[in-house]
Amino acid sequence: MTERRGTWVGSSVGRREDPRLLTGQGRFVDDIHLPQMLHAQFVRSTIAAGTVVSIDLSATLAVPGVVAAYTAADLDMGDITAILDRPASEFVQTDMPVLARDRVRYVGEPLAIVLAEDPYAVEDGLEAARVTYDADAPVVSDEVAMAPGAPLVHEAATGNVLVDVSMFATEGIDRIIDEAPCVVRVRAKTGRQNALPLETRGVVASWDARDEQLLVQTCTQVPHQVRTVMAGCLGLAERSVRVLVPDMGGGFGLKCVVGREEIAVGAACLKAGRPVKWIEDRRDALTASFLAREQRYDVRAAFDGDGRLLALDADIVCDMGAYSCYPFTAGIEPLMASAELPGVYKVPAYRVRGRAVTTNKAPTAPYRGVSRPQIVMVMERLFERAARELDMDPVEIRRRNLITEFPYTGINDVTYDPGSYLESLDLCERVLKDEGWYERRGAARSSGRFIGIGYSCFSERTGYGSAAFAKRKMAVVPGFDMAEIRMDLSGGVTVTTGTMSHGQSHETTLAQIVADRLGLDIAEVKIHQGDTDRITYGFGTFASRSATIGGSAVARAATALGERLLALGAHLLETTYDNVELDARRVRRRDDGRALSFEELADVAYLKAHLLPKDAEPGLTASATFDVHGDGTFSNAAHGAVVELHPGTGQIEILRYVCVEDCGVAINPQVVEGQARGGIAQGIAGALFEEITYDEQGEPSCASFIDYKVPTAGEIPDISVHHLETPCAFTESGAKGAGEGGTIGAPAAVLNAVNDALRPTGVELDDTPIRPETVQRALATIGVFA
Amino acid sequence: MKPAPFTYHRARDVAGAIDLVAELGPDAKYIAGGQSLVAMMNFRLARPSHLVDLGGLWSELAHVRRDGDSVRIGALTTHHEVETAGLGLLSEAMEWIGHLPIRTRGTAGGSLAHGDATAEWCLLALLLDAEIIVQGPEGRRTIPAAELFLGFFTTTLEPEEIILEIVFPRSGRRAALTEFAERRGDFATVVAAVDLETSAVVLGGVAPAPVRVPEAEAVLASGGSFADCAEAAAAAIDPPGDANGSAEYRRVLTRTLVARACEEAQS
Amino acid sequence: MTEKLLISLTVNGRTHDDLVIESRHTLVDVLRHQIGLTGTHVGCEHGVCGACTVLLDGAPVRACLVFAAQAEGRDVRTVESLASDGEMNDLQRAFSAHHGLQCGFCTPGFLMLAEGFLAERPDATREEIREVVSSNLCRCTGYQTIVDAIEDCARAREESR
Repeated sequence: MTERRGTWVGSSVGRREDPRLLTGQGRFVDDIHLPQMLHAQFVRSTIAAGTVVSIDLSATLAVPGVVAAYTAADLDMGDITAILDRPASEFVQTDMPVLARDRVRYVGEPLAIVLAEDPYAVEDGLEAARVTYDADAPVVSDEVAMAPGAPLVHEAATGNVLVDVSMFATEGIDRIIDEAPCVVRVRAKTGRQNALPLETRGVVASWDARDEQLLVQTCTQVPHQVRTVMAGCLGLAERSVRVLVPDMGGGFGLKCVVGREEIAVGAACLKAGRPVKWIEDRRDALTASFLAREQRYDVRAAFDGDGRLLALDADIVCDMGAYSCYPFTAGIEPLMASAELPGVYKVPAYRVRGRAVTTNKAPTAPYRGVSRPQIVMVMERLFERAARELDMDPVEIRRRNLITEFPYTGINDVTYDPGSYLESLDLCERVLKDEGWYERRGAARSSGRFIGIGYSCFSERTGYGSAAFAKRKMAVVPGFDMAEIRMDLSGGVTVTTGTMSHGQSHETTLAQIVADRLGLDIAEVKIHQGDTDRITYGFGTFASRSATIGGSAVARAATALGERLLALGAHLLETTYDNVELDARRVRRRDDGRALSFEELADVAYLKAHLLPKDAEPGLTASATFDVHGDGTFSNAAHGAVVELHPGTGQIEILRYVCVEDCGVAINPQVVEGQARGGIAQGIAGALFEEITYDEQGEPSCASFIDYKVPTAGEIPDISVHHLETPCAFTESGAKGAGEGGTIGAPAAVLNAVNDALRPTGVELDDTPIRPETVQRALATIGVFA
Repeated sequence: MKPAPFTYHRARDVAGAIDLVAELGPDAKYIAGGQSLVAMMNFRLARPSHLVDLGGLWSELAHVRRDGDSVRIGALTTHHEVETAGLGLLSEAMEWIGHLPIRTRGTAGGSLAHGDATAEWCLLALLLDAEIIVQGPEGRRTIPAAELFLGFFTTTLEPEEIILEIVFPRSGRRAALTEFAERRGDFATVVAAVDLETSAVVLGGVAPAPVRVPEAEAVLASGGSFADCAEAAAAAIDPPGDANGSAEYRRVLTRTLVARACEEAQS
Repeated sequence: MTEKLLISLTVNGRTHDDLVIESRHTLVDVLRHQIGLTGTHVGCEHGVCGACTVLLDGAPVRACLVFAAQAEGRDVRTVESLASDGEMNDLQRAFSAHHGLQCGFCTPGFLMLAEGFLAERPDATREEIREVVSSNLCRCTGYQTIVDAIEDCARAREESR
C-alpha cells in the first residue's frame, strides 16, 4: 500500500471492502436466512442424450422434511432464449427450458426441483427420485458432432452447427499464401474448463407482499439480465422482480449469464408460497454448470523472407455444449475469436470462419478472456514456428509485425487506440535477459537439463460499448452504464453504478474516482451496486467494462454534482461561477478565500430551500451515463515465462514469470496487479492443469476437486508485474480495462516456454492442457527417462 | 452434497467400541480422523447407518513410544503428531500426506485401515515390516504388514477390529520414501520406498495394494546399482492406466522414483 | 423420524449448550446456520478447497470433514475470533495491506490456517509459508499476496517478541 500522491486515482489505497470480508462479516448468498425458507436442489439427468420417459417423485415427497417437488409440467415457465440478429445460415437459436421437459441434452441437466425444510433432507429427497430414460447416442465432441450422419442435439441445427460466420475474407488470399516464401500451420485443441469461482452459484427467492415483488438475492454479475429473464419466464412485469446481489465469491464470467436454476427457484418460490434457497454444490458446479474454452483451431500464417506476416487464414470451431447461454449466445466464443485473432499484429490479409458446435455437454458461458487466451496461444505458436523455419529470434519476429503507429485500423475492421505493444515486449525481454535467464538456459542445455523461455504479446479489448456489441448482432446489446450520485447532510456521497464487482474492488476504485472529482476522502464515498430497484439500469461486470464505462459514468456524475455545488456555492458566496473552486470538502472563492463547507451547502439544499437561487432545484443529486461509440480501448501486455521440465516425471516447473502490462491509468496499482496475478494463475491452470473430459456416454470426468486440478500456491510462482501507462483518450480517468489480461497471455507464454525447453527433442506441443506424461513422452523420444 | 442419515455413537473405551460395533452389525463403521470417510459420506459413496467415534480414546490410542530403534505408534496418533515427533523417515514421510489441515485430523490407524495403495502409512508399514496390533471381539492379534493389504481399499481387518498400535521394529535410518503427484499434496500417482538396510523396495499406485518388488530387491541385495534396481522394478510391474497416467507412464515414474528413493536413502 | 442429538460446542470462547442437531450435520454447517457464524465458508464439502478451515484445539482443520458431534468438548475458533472490539488483528491488517484478498470468499479459511500454523511455527520461512498456503485454494489472487501478508505478519510478530 503506498502513500497517497495527492490524488486518489493512481494510489494503492486500502480497500473499503476489506474490513467486513476479513472479519467474516461479509454477506454472501448462503449467509442469507429468511423465515420459513425452504432449501432446494435439483434432480438431474444421468444421461447425456435422450428422452425422459418418466419422473416419479412419489418417494421423494414421502421423505421426511421434503415439502414439494416440481417438474416442468408443474411450473408455468417460458424458456430462456438468447438471440443473435443474424440470418439462419449464420445462427440457429436454441430454446433452453428452465427444467427439461422430455428431451435431455447433457448429464446434469435439471429435470425437477425438490424443496425441503433443510439442506440435508433435500438430498435425501433427490436420492428417492426415480427417473427412467430412453437414451440416445450422445454427441461428445466437435468431431463427432460435425461428422456426416451424426445425431442431432437440436433438430433445427443442421450438422450440429449453431453459429457459422465467415467474418472476413480478403480477396486473393489464397494466392498470397500459395506464393509466400514461408507458410506455417498450427492445429491446436484446448481443453474444456470451468471458470470455477470459489463460491458456487446460489439464489434465495422470496415474495414480498408489501413491495409486490419477487425478491431474488443471487450472486450474479448481471442483475438486470436476471431480472429480465425472471420476469419474462414467469410472466411478471419487470418492476415486480427485484434482483439484489450480496457479496460475491468470484464469478469470472460463469455468473454473467442467466442460469436455469435461478429461474426455477423463483418459480418454485411462487408456487410453494415460501422463500426458497438454492446453493449449488461443488459436484454440480463442476459437472452441470457452465463451462468454457473448448476450441479447435486450424490456422495458417504466411510470412515473407524477412518474417513479415502476409496473411492469416483461420478455421475456428468452438464446442459450445447443449444450449446458447443468455444473453451472449453460442456466438460468444467463435465471434470473439474471429474478430480479435489479429491482435497486436499487422495482418495484411485475413480470412476466418468461426463456428459454434452444439454437443451433449453442459453449455458454454464466457470465461475471463473469452477466446482470447486461445487466439493468443495460436498466434504466438505461429510466430514461434515461423521463427524456427526462418531461423529468426522469436522476439525479433514479433517486433517486425507489431502495430506501432496509432490509431491503427486493422484488417478486422477494428481501430486500435494507442498502446505500448513494442515497449512491453522489449521490457519483458530485457527483464529476463538482465536476470540471466538466457545464460541459465544455455547452461542447462549443456548439462542435460531442459529449461525454456516463452513469450506472449497481446492486447485486450476493454470497454466494449454498445457499438462494439452491436457488431456481434446480439439481441441484448450491453454497452452503457448509468450512475447516480447523491450528497447528504454529512457532506459525503452515495453513488450507484450498474457494474457489479465480484472481487475487483469497485467499492474502492470507483470511490477513488469520485473522491478525486469532489475533493472527498474515499471513506466519505459509498458505492452501491447490485440492486435493480436502486440502480436505474446497468449491465453488470464482464468484458472489463467497469473501470472504463462504469468508472466514466461515475466520474461524470461526480463532475455534474461538483458543478451543482459550485453553482450553489457561488450563489451563496455572492460571486460568479468562475470565481469559485472545489477545495477539500468546500466551495471556496478564488479571490478572497471565503468558503462554505459541503455540509453547509447541503444544509441549504435540503433544509433551507428558500435560500436557493430561483432556478435551482432542491437537493444535491446528479446522474450521468457513459457509452463507448468506437471500438473500445485496448490494454496490452507482454508475458515472459521460464520453465524447467523434469525428466523422469515430465513435471513442468515454472521458474520465473514476468508480466509487463499497460492498462492506461491504473486507478489503484495494487488492484491492477492483483487482477494480473489472479488472471495469470487461471491462465497457467488452463495451460497445465485443468480439463474436463467426457467418456463415450457423455459422462463428465471431473466430479470433485480430486479430478479437477486447480493449482495451489505450490504450482503458481511469484509473478513480477511491471506497469506501463498509455492513457485512454476517452475514458474519464484515462483507465483501460485490466481484468482479463492475465488469463489471456499466460497460456501462450507457458506453452511457448515448454516448447522452447523441448527443442532438443524436435517435438512441438500445441494442445493444452499439457500433462507431465506428454512432456515425458517427448523427452523419451531422445532417450531421456530420468 | 450431504451425508445420508446415521446414528452417532461415542466410544468410551476400546472394549466398549468393539462391543458396540459387533452389536450394531455390518452397517456400522468406526470413525477416527474422518478425512477419507467423511468426504466419501458427503458424496454418499459411503453410507454407514452407524458411526462409532473413536476420537475420545486418545489416552488409550494416541502415543509415540520409542524403544531403541523401534517405534510404537498409537493408532489414533495424527499424521501431524508424527510429523513433529522427530522420528526420521516416519516424520519426513508425513509431509507427503495431503496438507497440514488434513494431517491434524488424519490418523496412522485410519490410514492403514483405509488401505489406499498409495497411502504413505501403508508403504511405510510394508517397507519397515511393521506389526499391526489389533483388537476385536475375539481378542487381540498381531497382523504383519505383509498380510494386511488385500487389494483395492481392502485389508484383512475384520469389520469389528480396531487397530490399537503400529509397531515399527526399525525406524528406517537408511530408508526413504518419495512420490510423484501433479500438484503438491495430491494423491500420488506412484509412490516408491526403499530401505537399503534390508534391501526392501515397495511401490504404491502400480497395483490394487501396495507391493514389494522382489526382482528389484534382489538387485539391491546382490549389490547392484540403483539404476539397475529401478529398471528391475519398472520391468516387474503391470500397472494400470487411468486419468492420472498410462501404464507406460507409471513404469517410467517407477523407474524414476525408485532410483530417487535409493539416492535419498543413501544420503 | 430423524434422530436428533443435543450437543454443546465451545466456539470462540463461548459455550453453546443447546444445539439440537442431526448426527450427520457437519461442523461448518452448524457453525454457519445454527450458531450463525457465517464467516466460515463452504467451497467443496470434500476437504480440498479449505474455505471452511477453522481451528480445533488450536490446529487448523477442515470443518466440512468434521461432524459437529465430533467437536463436542473441543475448543473451536473461527474467523470471528480474530478481531477484538471491532479492531482487526495484525494478520487481518497485513492481508489488507498486501491486497491478499479480492472477493474474500477464501479469506477466512486462509486466516485461520495462518493463525494455526504461525502459532506452532512462528519462525516459518517464506518457503514454508508457501507450502502451507498450498493447503487452500484461492481463485482471485494467484496466492503471492497471501504469502506476502502471512510472511509480513510473521516477521513483525517475531520482531516484537
